[in-house]
Amino acid sequence: MATKKVATQKIVVVGNGMVGHHYVDQLLQQRLDVEITVIGAEPRPAYDRVHLSEFFAGKKPEELALTSREFYHSHGVKAHFGDAVKTLLREEKAVITESGRKFPYDKLVLATGSYPFVPPIPGGVRDNCLTYRTIDDLGAIKSEAEKSTTGVVVGGGLLGLECANALKNLGLEAHVVEFAPGLMGVQLDDGGSKMLRRKIEALGVYVHTSKGTKEIVEGGSCGSGSRLRMVFGENDHLETDMIIFSAGIRPYDQLGREAGLEIGARGGIVVDYHCRTTDSDIFAIGECASFGNFIYGLVAPGYRMAEVAVSQLTDSKSIFNGADMSTKLKLLGVDVGSIGDAHGKSEGSISYVFSDEREEIYKRIIVSADGKTLLGAVLVGDCSDYDTLLQYFLNGIELPANPQSLILPATAGGAPKLGPAALPLAATICSCHNVSKGSIVDAIDGGCCTLGDIKACTKASTGCGGCSALLKSVVDYELEARGVSVDKSICEHFPLTRQDIFTICKVEQLRTFDALLDKHGRGRGCEICKPAVASILASLWNDYVLKDSHANLQDTNDRFLANMQKDGTYSVVPRIPGGEITPDKLIVLGQVGKKYGLYTKITGGQRVDLFGAQMSDLPAIWRELVEAGFETGHAYGKALRTVKSCVGSSWCRYGVQDSVGMAIYIENRYKGLRSPHKLKSAVSGCTRECAEAQSKDFGVIATENGWNLYLCGNGGMKPRHADLFATDLDDETLIKYIDRFLMFYVRTADRLQRTSVWLENLEGGLDYLREVIIDDRLGICAELEAQMNAVVGTYQCEWKTTIDNPEKLKRFRQFVNAPEARDDNVIFVEERGQLRPANAQERVQLIAKSA
Amino acid sequence: MKVLKANQWQPLCTVADLVENAGVCARVDGEQIAIFYLPAENPRVYAIANWDPVGKANVLSRGITGDIKGELVVASPLYKQHYSLRSGTCLEDAAISVPVYEVVLDGDAVLVEV
Repeated sequence: MATKKVATQKIVVVGNGMVGHHYVDQLLQQRLDVEITVIGAEPRPAYDRVHLSEFFAGKKPEELALTSREFYHSHGVKAHFGDAVKTLLREEKAVITESGRKFPYDKLVLATGSYPFVPPIPGGVRDNCLTYRTIDDLGAIKSEAEKSTTGVVVGGGLLGLECANALKNLGLEAHVVEFAPGLMGVQLDDGGSKMLRRKIEALGVYVHTSKGTKEIVEGGSCGSGSRLRMVFGENDHLETDMIIFSAGIRPYDQLGREAGLEIGARGGIVVDYHCRTTDSDIFAIGECASFGNFIYGLVAPGYRMAEVAVSQLTDSKSIFNGADMSTKLKLLGVDVGSIGDAHGKSEGSISYVFSDEREEIYKRIIVSADGKTLLGAVLVGDCSDYDTLLQYFLNGIELPANPQSLILPATAGGAPKLGPAALPLAATICSCHNVSKGSIVDAIDGGCCTLGDIKACTKASTGCGGCSALLKSVVDYELEARGVSVDKSICEHFPLTRQDIFTICKVEQLRTFDALLDKHGRGRGCEICKPAVASILASLWNDYVLKDSHANLQDTNDRFLANMQKDGTYSVVPRIPGGEITPDKLIVLGQVGKKYGLYTKITGGQRVDLFGAQMSDLPAIWRELVEAGFETGHAYGKALRTVKSCVGSSWCRYGVQDSVGMAIYIENRYKGLRSPHKLKSAVSGCTRECAEAQSKDFGVIATENGWNLYLCGNGGMKPRHADLFATDLDDETLIKYIDRFLMFYVRTADRLQRTSVWLENLEGGLDYLREVIIDDRLGICAELEAQMNAVVGTYQCEWKTTIDNPEKLKRFRQFVNAPEARDDNVIFVEERGQLRPANAQERVQLIAKSA
Repeated sequence: MKVLKANQWQPLCTVADLVENAGVCARVDGEQIAIFYLPAENPRVYAIANWDPVGKANVLSRGITGDIKGELVVASPLYKQHYSLRSGTCLEDAAISVPVYEVVLDGDAVLVEV
């Protein structure tokens, strides 16, 4: 194609929030001959405002970053931060910043976003009256919170509640003051709003509705020590130390307003279908733009606008035609969903309501007069139906004859979820990146044949991740429809999944690998199926792992009950439950390390690892350790590793429960449990979370009233924060839930699948897991508990059993024909007062010297 | 270097020293040999070098035995490459192989050719 050489267009983008950055990102992908300049008022490049509250959970500003100065620089984008644009000169086609710099443009893109609305309340301008919008705001809130015991959020909308959660997490008594009669009035109807209030009050947040603040004055007059008093009326006030305003947003439309661009009745720079303002060289996108007299205050529509504005510079122009404002989110751990006409304002509409005050669940659907189309929905306390309802809503799919079945609990005859086959090609699967079922089908037809390929190719499910289960089901369905059998066999010897093998062994009472292979497998097995089956047999029957029929199935680590290191030597990790150890035992570890020439190191799981043991020394080392009262630590096995703990209420000024005691109990209960992958746990004595329980497969954090249980966290290559599963549990319930959770995971996970990935692949996700474990939806809880009790009851220290068995000890000989000889390839050098394996160069030198 | 003396069978150990469907290690003239005992196969014993050329350690006798598409193999316990028990070839990379030793059972005795 011949191209005409035209002068390079200058594109200036004002504002570097999420939408402004998305515009630049999309523009770069078009590879047009343009010169891009970005001007941001904040001192840092774009960051993820949606997950802003995670700042209080310990996320650093740089972890929220969406881009960097280096990225812009390397892509030829000129970027200026911390210098807001002050003036727009339309005649001259240039903008001027506060510091007086002037940038000429050919096309201007306004992505200035919005600012928090602060009601004009007398006395409301103070250092401890803040807003919640930017990273700098968060810093101010955090430092103000350190001086406060009570905090008030003005505004009971989505952001306000998120902010209340942040205050609560900062250890403050949190209040929400709302002018309207209910919380989240935009997204929820009256019933949903009431249920939400009930739930968040139960979480310890105080809610005050129908309250207008008349005045803010100095507090403490009644001896409360509070710094502020909010006056609502005569004899009606609230004392607090700090106030955060989160009473809605207002578009930053000043630039456009002053330059004479048309402004919407409710603010915002008016744009057309092309996101063009009344000046054809100026675009406005995101929260500063008004389309159809509406400000779209969500990120997905903002992204759409950015893409539409970019497309105007290309040959394939697209249009913006409004956007769906349905939303699903978690507020203070409460699931809230809102779809379409949540208030049932459409003429002739009919509602169905399901309310369960015991479980605190509220669901309402609004359907058309003929009962065929879904017009809206409200979900509080349980969002498991959201995805299905959203698909009905967005795609106009005809409702079943009894629409109420869509929100009734399964036991009451609830309808099955909408399957992937029923979705039309136009159905949006991922709303963050606007990926339709059609684009997924195209990607598959274009050669993608795994979930990972499709994610990389379409970007689906790489935004908020909320659609991951839906995406998987669509991909699986489409692949299967094309005859691509999604082969889930564990290996070539068994045409079965790990879960199938587990069920078969259980139902047919198979107790050996050979029995299973004879009946259900082929060939001789391999290093994949043998250890997997050994693990399943251990979970089911818990025999001694070195029993003759099992020993040769084990990976070398399990076979020699130690961890093989790079030079063929082993490391030894005795169990130190909860990380608590007596001085005498510490001395034994030191003595053993010294006697056998071992390198010693403290592990991340609060234990001591002894490295460099030759195979033939393992029995002697363990004899000494067992005599001193140590047990095996299963560091070699796919099994429970450690339960880390902080010192808790016994020593710590802040501890509210005995975290060490609980950690020791948990570690002793589950030690030896074989599982699809290793399992880690931790118990923290208070919300300061020193034991890092939220990075564990199951983590426990003490509260004033008991324990909060977090599930499916993970450090490692792909870290994942654990999800809050249940709150304020007593000891007994905590253990009951962990029993059920672990056994359910052991039964259903794939080989080498950590709990985090398992949960991500579990259809229905966390809500489903709650139904199984708390509500016993599958009716298997008694069985799971019995199975766990059987495993706990048959525990044995494998090393103790082994050192008492001369036949087994023979296996630890380095050479069958030279019992005293050692592996002369193992060569150590000294470093920092300890031994380590020699590297290749040192080896050559040492061998040359000794020759 | 191993000095080869043609067709001399040296007794290494007895069947009782072997582990069914797994390996043990023996030392012959300073070399480490991994001996695998697979009672259901014919022959029942196999011997390859204990040295893992990829992992660079003496560990092959401690790998898991099995088959890949019918070929008898041991998987290195370090990085899981498969080595054929009959030919010593690495299934993942034909350019890599380990020495194979002649080994037989004579009654209870395990003999290796040196």
